[in-house]
Amino acid sequence: MNEQQPSTSQLNGVDVAAILEARESLEAAPEAANFRFAARSRWLGGVHTRMEIDQFFGLGEIQKRSRTFTVDSDHPEVFAAADVAPTPVELVLAGLAGCLTAGIASVAENREIELRSVEATVEGDMNLHGILGIDPEVRNGFSAIRVTYDIDAEASTEDIEALVAQSQKRSAVFDVITNPTNVFVTVNS
Amino acid sequence: MKTVTTVIIGAGHSGLAMSHCLAQHAIEHVVLERGKVANTWRTERWDSLRLLTPNWQSRLPGYEYRGPDPKGYRTLAETVSFIDEYAQHVGAPVEERTTVLSVKRSSNGYVVRTNRGDWQCRCVVLANGAMTVPTLPKVAANRPTFVKSITVRDYKRPHDIVGASVLVVGASASGAQLAEELAQAGYNVVLSVGEHVRVPRSYRGHDILWLMDAAGYFDHGINDVDDLLRVRTLPSFQLVGSSSGRTVDLNRLQALGVKIVGRLTSFRDNTALFSGNLHNVCRLADLKMQRLLRTLDEWIDQSMPDGSSPVAGCLQPTQVPEDPDLVLDLKAASVGTILWATGMRPDYSFIDVPIFDERGRLKHDGGVINAPGLYTLGLPFMRRRKSSLIDGAADDARELAVHMVGFLDGRRPRVA
Repeated sequence: MNEQQPSTSQLNGVDVAAILEARESLEAAPEAANFRFAARSRWLGGVHTRMEIDQFFGLGEIQKRSRTFTVDSDHPEVFAAADVAPTPVELVLAGLAGCLTAGIASVAENREIELRSVEATVEGDMNLHGILGIDPEVRNGFSAIRVTYDIDAEASTEDIEALVAQSQKRSAVFDVITNPTNVFVTVNS
Repeated sequence: MKTVTTVIIGAGHSGLAMSHCLAQHAIEHVVLERGKVANTWRTERWDSLRLLTPNWQSRLPGYEYRGPDPKGYRTLAETVSFIDEYAQHVGAPVEERTTVLSVKRSSNGYVVRTNRGDWQCRCVVLANGAMTVPTLPKVAANRPTFVKSITVRDYKRPHDIVGASVLVVGASASGAQLAEELAQAGYNVVLSVGEHVRVPRSYRGHDILWLMDAAGYFDHGINDVDDLLRVRTLPSFQLVGSSSGRTVDLNRLQALGVKIVGRLTSFRDNTALFSGNLHNVCRLADLKMQRLLRTLDEWIDQSMPDGSSPVAGCLQPTQVPEDPDLVLDLKAASVGTILWATGMRPDYSFIDVPIFDERGRLKHDGGVINAPGLYTLGLPFMRRRKSSLIDGAADDARELAVHMVGFLDGRRPRVA
């Protein structure tokens, strides 16, 4: 289940010491903290698209990933699509779960709480009258998102709740979803 | 140019406490005050303000509360009188209506320029207030021009609010208190809530600040905490001092009709946009409050098992609306005023000595500034948790006065 084997000093396989060290050095060198994440996408026909992710910019230079990761998106059959991959909105929900869970593991490591299992269900409510243009009052995106965690850990219920709350406080995807962001889409001529 | 050993800038409780301590060491000094003693309290606070700390919790060096109501909370006028009386009591050499224009290095210390002449001195104590300049979030710059914008420094009374509705930004002590005042004055109040520190006014029959004091919280020093920057930037307790001893939390405010929304993130045309994180900031505040109360329970059970009420069940969790508003159309909601209760900071604009870090924050070690002979007082968690309270000035001023004696004698004593 856990690909990264916990070392003897780590409870959950998160290298908190390295993270804390990075925090210190990035505080001293604020320029190096300016990262730029990136993905490329290519249309494959129908409503099927493939995204490739292989590098980002950070610490003052381009950082190559270990390999090229691909993520496909498509749409389900009820949308008259081939259903060969998740819909983009499901990828957003998945991103939220991935981000919050990484945060929970990191905070738990830092607070010396051993996690046995961390499972989440993420749901997003969407009224299709928005994207189908039926009702201009209805937004395209989710009207609400609910994340439900089941966590088995060596800690009290209050301490587990505090992990989940702290993880939201420090989550990038949670911030992306809960706060407005300016988005600039341009077309190369 | 006049010459004196030490110039204290500011005749509030901190500057006066320092004056008292320097007098005890026979260090010749002057206290420069831009207005009158306790000027910020006189001119830059709202009418209904009462101190959050009970009357007994203002033990200044050589002076303390001796009135009939030690458990009461001072009104603004009583606070001004208290500090005035302290100035008389210690006989502080205060030069009123003297505004400091600059502090510069000189060959033998510092030159302090004022609107009423200049002073040459070896030491300067910055006691000019930790909370005098309102800090506004970046988003404030983009506010629609048709709304009045006012900060807690300039707000005096409900009459200052224009329009039927008001957006109060910030839910710490000031924001929560003013949301309550304005709701009771008949305004529709929308309260934008970011991270806040929720505590009940009293717990198990005791004032919360009495309990924290008795349990030793306020004496925690800078070496007793893991993350000094975090504790130094914590918002104020969501508390009010009142004759009824009431708690002002988000549940009470909502019962008064206040609508709570998430942190203000931006303005778009005539609308204000709020974060979708309201549920989490309320949960965080509830969890942190519970953690504090559990620690106090432990202390009570050990130290005064018979002197306290039993644990009377948990305080109600913060009631968060099912579907908090993310957008507020200011025009449609008749919002005529935005009241910014988003924190205050000290004014260092007159200081011409390189004592700030790259983000403009004063660099100091327990109040000893990294420039020989410069000191500060009254900042949050400067030497200990109580440093920003009236009650914190005694220990801090006493210790810094000792440091100053060493500095003037040519020794280099260690701090903290």
